[in-house]
Amino acid sequence: MTATFTDRIDIALTVNGEEVEARVPAGRHLVDFLRLDLGLTGAHASCEHGVCGACTVRVDGQAVRGCLMLAAQADGADVWTIEGLSDNGSVSDLQAAFVARNALQCGFCTPGMLVAAADLLDAGGAPDRATIREHLSGNYCRCTGYEAIVDAIESVARARTDGGAA
Amino acid sequence: MKASVGGYARAVDLRHALDLLAQGDGMARVLAGGQSLVAAMNMRLSSGDLLVDINHIAALKGVTREGDRLRIGALTRHAEVATDTLIAQHAPLLRKATDLIAHAAIRNRGTIGGALAHADPAAEFPACVLALDAMVHVDGPDGARDIPAADFFTGVFETMLREGEILTALSLPVAEEGEGQVIHELARRIGDYALAGLCVVRRKAGHRIVCISVGTHPELATAAMDKLDAGDVAGAVAALRDALDPPSDTQASAAYRRHLAGVLLERAIADLNGESA
Amino acid sequence: MNSPFGNPNRPNSYIGKTVPRPNAKRLVQGRGQYVDDMVLPRMVHVVFVRCPHAHAKITGIDATGALAVKGVLRVFTGADIAAVCTPWVGTLAHLKGLKSPPEHAIATDRACWVGEPVAAVVATSRAAAEDGAALVDVDYETLAEVTDMMTALDQATPVLHPEMGDNLAFQRRHDEGDVDAVFAAAHTVVEAHFQTGRHTGVTLEPRSILVDWNPGEGQMIAWHATQAPHMIQVVLAQHLDLPESRVRVVCGDVGGSYGIKVHIYPDEIATAAIAKIMARPVKFIADRLESFTTDIHARDHEIWGRIAVDKDGKILAFDIDDWTAIGAYSVYPRTSAIEGNQVVNLCGGPYDFKDYRAKTTVVFQNKTPTSQYRAVGHPIAVTVTEGLVDMAAAKLGLDPVEIRRRNLFADDAYPVVSPAKLRFEGLSHHASLDKLIALMDYDALRADQADAKSRGVVRGIGIASFIELTNPSPFMYGIGGARISAQDGCTVRMDPDGSIVAASSVTEQGQGTEAMLSQIVAEGVGVLPSEVRIITGDTQSTPYGGGTWASRGAGIGGEAALQAARALRGAILEVAGAMLQCAPDTLDIRDGAVVDKADGADRMPLGELGRIVYFRGDTLPKGLPRELVQTRHYTPADYPFAFTNGVQASYVEVDTDTGAVKLLNHWCVEDCGRVINPQLVDEQIRGGIVQGLGAALFEELHYDAEGQLLNGSMADYLVPMAGEMPDMIIAHIETPTLESDLGAKGAGEAGTAGAAAAVMNAINDALRPLGGEVTAMPFTPERVLRGLGKLTD
Repeated sequence: MTATFTDRIDIALTVNGEEVEARVPAGRHLVDFLRLDLGLTGAHASCEHGVCGACTVRVDGQAVRGCLMLAAQADGADVWTIEGLSDNGSVSDLQAAFVARNALQCGFCTPGMLVAAADLLDAGGAPDRATIREHLSGNYCRCTGYEAIVDAIESVARARTDGGAA
Repeated sequence: MKASVGGYARAVDLRHALDLLAQGDGMARVLAGGQSLVAAMNMRLSSGDLLVDINHIAALKGVTREGDRLRIGALTRHAEVATDTLIAQHAPLLRKATDLIAHAAIRNRGTIGGALAHADPAAEFPACVLALDAMVHVDGPDGARDIPAADFFTGVFETMLREGEILTALSLPVAEEGEGQVIHELARRIGDYALAGLCVVRRKAGHRIVCISVGTHPELATAAMDKLDAGDVAGAVAALRDALDPPSDTQASAAYRRHLAGVLLERAIADLNGESA
Repeated sequence: MNSPFGNPNRPNSYIGKTVPRPNAKRLVQGRGQYVDDMVLPRMVHVVFVRCPHAHAKITGIDATGALAVKGVLRVFTGADIAAVCTPWVGTLAHLKGLKSPPEHAIATDRACWVGEPVAAVVATSRAAAEDGAALVDVDYETLAEVTDMMTALDQATPVLHPEMGDNLAFQRRHDEGDVDAVFAAAHTVVEAHFQTGRHTGVTLEPRSILVDWNPGEGQMIAWHATQAPHMIQVVLAQHLDLPESRVRVVCGDVGGSYGIKVHIYPDEIATAAIAKIMARPVKFIADRLESFTTDIHARDHEIWGRIAVDKDGKILAFDIDDWTAIGAYSVYPRTSAIEGNQVVNLCGGPYDFKDYRAKTTVVFQNKTPTSQYRAVGHPIAVTVTEGLVDMAAAKLGLDPVEIRRRNLFADDAYPVVSPAKLRFEGLSHHASLDKLIALMDYDALRADQADAKSRGVVRGIGIASFIELTNPSPFMYGIGGARISAQDGCTVRMDPDGSIVAASSVTEQGQGTEAMLSQIVAEGVGVLPSEVRIITGDTQSTPYGGGTWASRGAGIGGEAALQAARALRGAILEVAGAMLQCAPDTLDIRDGAVVDKADGADRMPLGELGRIVYFRGDTLPKGLPRELVQTRHYTPADYPFAFTNGVQASYVEVDTDTGAVKLLNHWCVEDCGRVINPQLVDEQIRGGIVQGLGAALFEELHYDAEGQLLNGSMADYLVPMAGEMPDMIIAHIETPTLESDLGAKGAGEAGTAGAAAAVMNAINDALRPLGGEVTAMPFTPERVLRGLGKLTD
């Protein structure tokens, strides 16, 4: 028998490397699932129409809008949030650069901004400022004016490239 | 802003998806990339939908060359369009368009089939596929059928897709030797919907021009194409402006969009001719 | 009189240095705790049913359908809330003539803008509450709406609040000298009409409040994303009939404020009222769409301005006619009249001239209320002033820099009183302009502009000088009768291990308050900043004070912290002197240890002193004061406001075929007095500039004639994004205020004050040779093309 429509969906996935099983309402988006069901409040719900980027998380290796993907769709997925990326140290250089450069003020956009930045840097190379700015063009920051964020990412990109060459 | 969804089902194959759509009693909707649909549901512009998740249907994925045509599965994500080597070689217009579509995280999820089925008049891919003279492949309760892009788009968010049908792929002729394909648009910010835009494809048989954000749906700008085929750029610009009846909204008036489309046509032609920086 | 913080080699020299923010590490790990991150036992969610009409009588509410939704617990109408919550009136006594009718938390019989709450649905989840809200059936009888600002006072226009008599909320005039005579006789007169777009703040964290009422304790706790916890405490107490002492407001991490979160919002007060009725925690998080229709709007102005100059470009007079429409109610408790009032106070602000006439007319309309938003009124006044100055210069053939040099108040002119009766203690317009010109290499930039022109590329340079109101005294609100504190307090204590805890009434909105306070306290006591923990944002555990608004945190809260820290240092040294058998004034505290003042020799770590005081007090002389905790409060008194000044420059490229404007560079030199943390100040300036650049290029709320908001989503209301913003070069002149030891003035709004005007002047510098001009913000591609005369239909 093939599956038919249900308004509660059983999902099994890994979140930050840990196996999770849950039953979710059909309409619940991924970021609400992470926040409400798992208590992972690092990613934020801000616009819930896919514009601001505050909900950006990593799904199967790619940055996605947590508000534009249903939790039901994450069955079988490998999801990483800022909490997991902090614990495993994979963005520690970016985080340190953000702190050093004061590339955050209120901090509300920051988890999404870091996931977006990591997405860019994971592609390799040392992107120039215009490329960094273009890549961040889907992540709102209302506090910093972006320059400090661009500076921080640029410095990490250079450090990673230099480190890789050494 | 929490979506009110009637139900969800994950289709395992195309047949299953079509069965689910048939069960939906008019409420079933295909969930592909979801980058427009989920936003609309969150905003409760749509509620009670029965979602048919097609993301796991292998048959809808992949890009293949079939003779002198390129076939692009409906589930091909924008980010895959941007990096696929076959597309870069045979339909560079689509690759160029991905630079203009939204933002990286959206491109990672959004699908080309979804973009075509959604038929947003401000979207790039519908205009591109018409400019490339693509064929849209659909499957449904009455069997599969092929719809030329020229017929597929019928209005604002309206297409020839019938209830219960799924857009499965598109195919298009591979670019001929020396073919030119350009897309130009002006958006107020990177990734925003364009105030106006256009695609120009230059083939041996002639030019194909399709505009973005200036009408209800993608249409060939035939009068401008004729002028261009005759080598009359100024005439093409005038003909294009003359033929357009763009919308006015909070971003720009119809008059501005009409003007802008002409400017973009001049720039696109300069680009095709290798004159632009 | 200032303390000398200039010597970088002084002991404990943290004031003036970039010190990391203690809260930043937490935030980059996603460990912030914003209101929506909190979950309390028995917590429920409230969603508001909002009026879809600009003006309508509520003739019936049927909640049957909503109450049938699984998870929906209660539905409240305006009358239900009015039974426990009194209405408020957004007026202040010193804003003479300002009027506004009583406003309810939920409309009782009539709704006056699209988005005004008309009912509230409480459910066990936000989703269920939304389901319920969609099923509340409200009957409306639509009423004639007032939407156009300029015809609001016409006889033919309906009166929005009949009991007010007319649609005029407030008017304020300046009339200094004989303006008509000066204009009649002037060598050159320039006039122009300016428009600034209606904005809203778009805080990335929407407005958020979680309120619990515990009848057992008789205490209400509100976890609130706010800038002014003590003000909220007062308002909740007043309108919910509670003693102030029984209301606790907690303000944890806040996701952006910019003035949006310093006001009283009907839905937030209704949330508290519902918590009181239901005696359980109630959470309200505005969603993004309701943020656009219910967060305060701002800057919706039309201004007719004239400038008179003599043949040498000396400014003789300004004549300003400012209009603004503020929505249906004056916002409580800060009112909606301050913005217009600021515009007429600030026009012409940087310049030395005599004759001044200005009038602001503030009218009601059926739209979302407007109120104070970052740099209140400044961007408007600076746009008008600097626009007119550039136009006058162009007419006389003067360089924009030169006309400013001829008219800015001389740097040695202070103290001085402006034609608008503003008192300036000490500003540095010329030094700032000189520094700006050097930074941007003005002559080279002009050469680049000319070179671009030869290649057919159209570029322009724009300059904008400005003044900025900071460190407000009680003359801003207190004098008008509002319980909005202009003073701040700080309690600094030393714990047994020698570490320091400082509790301040200034709040952290992300600007770096905690870092600023930690370095002031560290320097004041004599410890490392990392040894100072800061407590803010809790009315129960911090001293009473104003919070974060009007660029006051560092100047006022910082001074209180400095005085409290020094007092603690004195108390520690008193104890140390007794323990070490020497005079306290021969000792000092450096890097967390008591040392000999003369040679810095270590005498005793603070941890050892703490051990003795807290655990072996028996060994100290009886009667020795041993309170290692000190509190100080500070209120500015010598001047009503500490004005700052600055100047910005913009370099733009205009695509004259499409009208698109590209921002190439931006510069700002500003003078906020003592710079406590250079990095934090620079980033405040940058962030502020970008909000101003949003005004210049993107931001504008559009309404139709029926009062419907047309672009109330993030996809349609455009704010600056990374891709379009320039890098910004920031520098400072430091003219400390002599009123405080610290000498700090505010820096949070200067960027926003001048950025849009600089861009406007740059665009017009580019367009002028082509015969074009733009004065209506934002400068969309279409407006630029129309300004060039390239689009006429």
